[in-house]
Amino acid sequence: MFVSLNWLKKYVDIDQLSPEDLAERITKSGIEVEGLEHFASPANNVVVGYVESCDKHPNADKLNLCQVNVGDETLQIICGAPNIATGQKVAVAKPGSVLPGNFKIKKAKLRGVESNGMICSLQELGVEEKFVPKEFASGIFVFPEDAEIGVDVTEPLNLDDIIMELGLTPNRSDALSMLGVAYEVAAILDVPIRLPHTDYHTDEEKAADQVSLTVEAKEQNPYYGAFLVKDVKIGPSPLWIRNYLMAAGIRPINNVVDITNYVLLEYGQPLHAFDFDKLGSNEVVVRMANEGEKLVTLDDQERTLSSEHLVITNGKEAIALAGVMGGADSEVTEQTTTVLIEAAYFDGQTIRKASKEFDLRSEASNRFEKGVDPNRVRKAGERACQLLQDYAGATVLDGVVEYDQLDYSEKTVTIWTSTINDRLGTNISNDQMADILRKLNFNYEQDGETFTVYAPTRRQDIVIFEDMLEEVARIFGYDNVPFTLPSGGAQAGGLTKQQELKRHINQFLEGAGLSETVTYSLTSKERVTELVSPEVAEKMVSSVSLAMPMSEEHSTLRLSILPEMLSSVAYNLARKQANVAYYELGSIFISKEEKVTKQPDEQLRIAGALTGEWLTHPWQQEKKVVDFFVVKGILEALFESLNIDVTFSQAKVDGMHPGRTAQLFINDRAIGFAGQVHPQLQKDYDLKETFVFDINFDYILEIHENEPKFAKIPRYPSVTRDIALVVDQSVQAGALEATIAHAGGELIKDIQVFDVYQGEHLAEGKKSIAFSLFYQDPERTLTDDEVEASYQAILEAVGKEHNAELRG
Amino acid sequence: MKEQLQALEKEALQKVEEAISLKELQDVRVAYLGKKGPITEVLRGMGKLSKEERPVIGELANKVRGQIADAIDSKKADIEAEELEKQLAEETIDVTLPGRPVPTGGPHLLTSIVEEIEDLFIGMGFEVREGPEVETDYYNFEALNLPKGHPARDMQDSFYITEDILLRTHTSPVQARTMNMIQGERPVKMICPGKVYRRDTDDATHSHQFTQIEGLYVDKNVRMSDLKGVLDRFAKQMFGEERQIRLRPSFFPFTEPSVEMDISCKMCNGEGCSVCKKTGWIEILGAGLVHARVLEMAGYDPKVYSGFAFGMGPERIAMLKYGVDDIRHFYTNDIRFLKQYHQA
Repeated sequence: MFVSLNWLKKYVDIDQLSPEDLAERITKSGIEVEGLEHFASPANNVVVGYVESCDKHPNADKLNLCQVNVGDETLQIICGAPNIATGQKVAVAKPGSVLPGNFKIKKAKLRGVESNGMICSLQELGVEEKFVPKEFASGIFVFPEDAEIGVDVTEPLNLDDIIMELGLTPNRSDALSMLGVAYEVAAILDVPIRLPHTDYHTDEEKAADQVSLTVEAKEQNPYYGAFLVKDVKIGPSPLWIRNYLMAAGIRPINNVVDITNYVLLEYGQPLHAFDFDKLGSNEVVVRMANEGEKLVTLDDQERTLSSEHLVITNGKEAIALAGVMGGADSEVTEQTTTVLIEAAYFDGQTIRKASKEFDLRSEASNRFEKGVDPNRVRKAGERACQLLQDYAGATVLDGVVEYDQLDYSEKTVTIWTSTINDRLGTNISNDQMADILRKLNFNYEQDGETFTVYAPTRRQDIVIFEDMLEEVARIFGYDNVPFTLPSGGAQAGGLTKQQELKRHINQFLEGAGLSETVTYSLTSKERVTELVSPEVAEKMVSSVSLAMPMSEEHSTLRLSILPEMLSSVAYNLARKQANVAYYELGSIFISKEEKVTKQPDEQLRIAGALTGEWLTHPWQQEKKVVDFFVVKGILEALFESLNIDVTFSQAKVDGMHPGRTAQLFINDRAIGFAGQVHPQLQKDYDLKETFVFDINFDYILEIHENEPKFAKIPRYPSVTRDIALVVDQSVQAGALEATIAHAGGELIKDIQVFDVYQGEHLAEGKKSIAFSLFYQDPERTLTDDEVEASYQAILEAVGKEHNAELRG
Repeated sequence: MKEQLQALEKEALQKVEEAISLKELQDVRVAYLGKKGPITEVLRGMGKLSKEERPVIGELANKVRGQIADAIDSKKADIEAEELEKQLAEETIDVTLPGRPVPTGGPHLLTSIVEEIEDLFIGMGFEVREGPEVETDYYNFEALNLPKGHPARDMQDSFYITEDILLRTHTSPVQARTMNMIQGERPVKMICPGKVYRRDTDDATHSHQFTQIEGLYVDKNVRMSDLKGVLDRFAKQMFGEERQIRLRPSFFPFTEPSVEMDISCKMCNGEGCSVCKKTGWIEILGAGLVHARVLEMAGYDPKVYSGFAFGMGPERIAMLKYGVDDIRHFYTNDIRFLKQYHQA
């Protein structure tokens, strides 16, 4: 809502405050002032002049040579505007004046003829082009005949106005009118309010004799008032109305349209003007539209209506889409003489549906949607009649043809000073309470600390106690509410086990060199099926898609963090950031239904992606590129930090390198995978060799024990034996290790691979894997015999199970 | 014999003096003090001496022997010191060369901000609770006093999956779920951080996915002044002790009265600058007293219980605190951006 401060001054005195201070007070009391803008800028030495003569320039076809009376003198001015004519009153910038944009006006010679000033357009005086009335848009501005010659144009053109932009929350639709804003300002500044008068003479002819009214859609239209005015002379509206409309951001058109717009802004009540002679009948019938009924609206679009749309008809066909837009057939034109003014109350939901469906959001529909003030509907019609009488030469027919089932009752809310104080933590007295209600202009009855408040109908938002609590709080001032801390019983705050584990894992991975990302949960339909962990793919039935996505890119909820993370990696690669190590802990969304009808399962996953160099130390010629074992090492250390045993086994996962991917298991349960992205998919994402992992966090949480158990520190020395085994290349270290652990007995505390070799000195298709075996008994020193026995048992077992031989 | 010993002493000391390595020194020791050395020889020949001469020569021989040994020891220490010095000189490195890097990672800026806020409210006795990102219409809207067709639903156009399931538009449903679970049996004091989604086109100030932290305290006798006190603590700890707060009336369907909280601008200390659009204040969060209908729906009697709620956007806080100029930075995951805030 744009509020002209000059206009506002008609209702309340605000001169005691600067515009900035006023804006601050309004903001602090409840309506945010989002901006203060100058409408134009005050004129400097620009006055109203009378064009005494206007002749062709002797040396230029398109220029005119004018003699302009500016009060104290007559100036010869050359003007190129196409609409200049003798007898006009115009805005004259005298020599020495400065126009917006620091444009200095000087005496000059144009094509050999002297010109002493400039005749101005509104744009040249700083008015935005889009608000300038069409007839003046490509030429100079022409004043009404009664303009006084020689006066400064600042005041008559409202050039010094300041426009306050209000950001209205949905509950404060009362401030969608100048009067609503005036009530608000009156309450804040504690000043009286002046309401506009709506008195007019009425003709002997009765409106009811000319037009009949039937409201069929009673629920959607509880009030309809038809006013009739005749002898209307269409022409420009008075300058002050045009000025205020422009200040409010509406382009003036003609007196009838301008007056309905003016009243809309003043009262917050939308009106519609029909050309009565083009109505097509003498009746108005308000009903729901028929299925498929057609209406050509003012914007010359043919609209196909349905039974959900409320229409105004002439008894036969629709002539307006109620509250949204009028019909083209009954539009007011230059020839119009009799006008039917509609002042009605339309149901907000009905209007909302129509304006949304046809994408016709207007000043009118916006107000109906939010609910207009019942007590201003008829009043607004009367105000329009009065203005049409005064400024369009209209004669107002007697009476208003109306249907009225509107609820005019004021809501009653009872408040108690003590309860208000309990809720606010304040110490407001009964007298202060009464004073606040008086400032708000609310009627009330007081009985000690009990106030029965009659909320005015302009404030539809006030219904319950808490609404009044807010009114009292904002007028009392939040700055005056003290600072206290809750007195309720002490409660220990804290993190849940899940949040603690999340933080542990985050910190571990960060310490291990990974940077946390936050990627989008919404991915594309194409990407969503990529890199889904096998155990997730097994469980899920469908992916979860938005009904109306904004783009294909973000249309489906992820089943893996990896696709969006890999896009981020590619983003970095494209910007020459080749070394990236990422992790993220976030939800995936698993639906077990063919067609989604309930919330999907949300599972937290830990995912990561690494590419490029891992460790480099150039001057020492060291360079370690990320490989499978970098990723595995990080994960092994992570699980060690959680005291969880995890096993890696060779696996095939869609989208992953078939030879460089492992599935992870805890207690034989699949919990995720790690490995290299398939070269084909890498290419697809524009990636270099990239390694990823994706693990089920929820399962880790399920089995993780928070409390580590104490284990005795061994007092007896350990014995180390090395064993190098030659096996077929297909035998995996993990399998050998498992056999060793099993055959070696309880005394083996640790097994470590320290060498893997294939090549010279070994037969084709063979490799050698060397292990260090650590033996220890916490209770005593080990004997050589015990160790030897274990060693032999191992040799025998690996020989049998893996055809392994001791390397010679 | 006496002369012979003195000559030996002189000769040996001379050799010690001339020795330049531990090896040469050892040779001198063997040559003069060894079992086959000349002094031993002299001592061996003492049997031929007279009874009177024997102790004199013996004493002299031992003295000479001692002198030589001392000289050798002292020379040895000198050479060792010299050699150590030489070794250390050889071992000297250029300490200005770069060290071996350790891979470093770190948290995302949003996580840092969220954890900082979590810890701050935990310190004031709040629990941290989380809930599903895909919500039902009931918990996302209806339980929060936003029935179907409510005009305020326009404020947050949503991503629906079915008519009844959508991506949550705020983390308030976690509050509704928590209250619903407790059914008015005890107070609730919680914050709920998490991801939320709205139908916004991504640009410098909008993101279809963003983060929210909402707080809720429901108890007997919770007052607006308590909200002011708690938010003041939050603002001072988060933005600095000098910060002032102010509350302005606003509107949210789930609170009544509703307020917005501003903090005094850090850039200009409230004087007015471009950051605060010359107002001296910066909007940080929305809050209010929990709407009676919301309490009722969750099984709390609004005549007995009252409460306050607040909600804030970590992105906005991060942008203000660190001057991040585009919300998309949080989701692009440019490594250069992420690394800037690893120490934050």
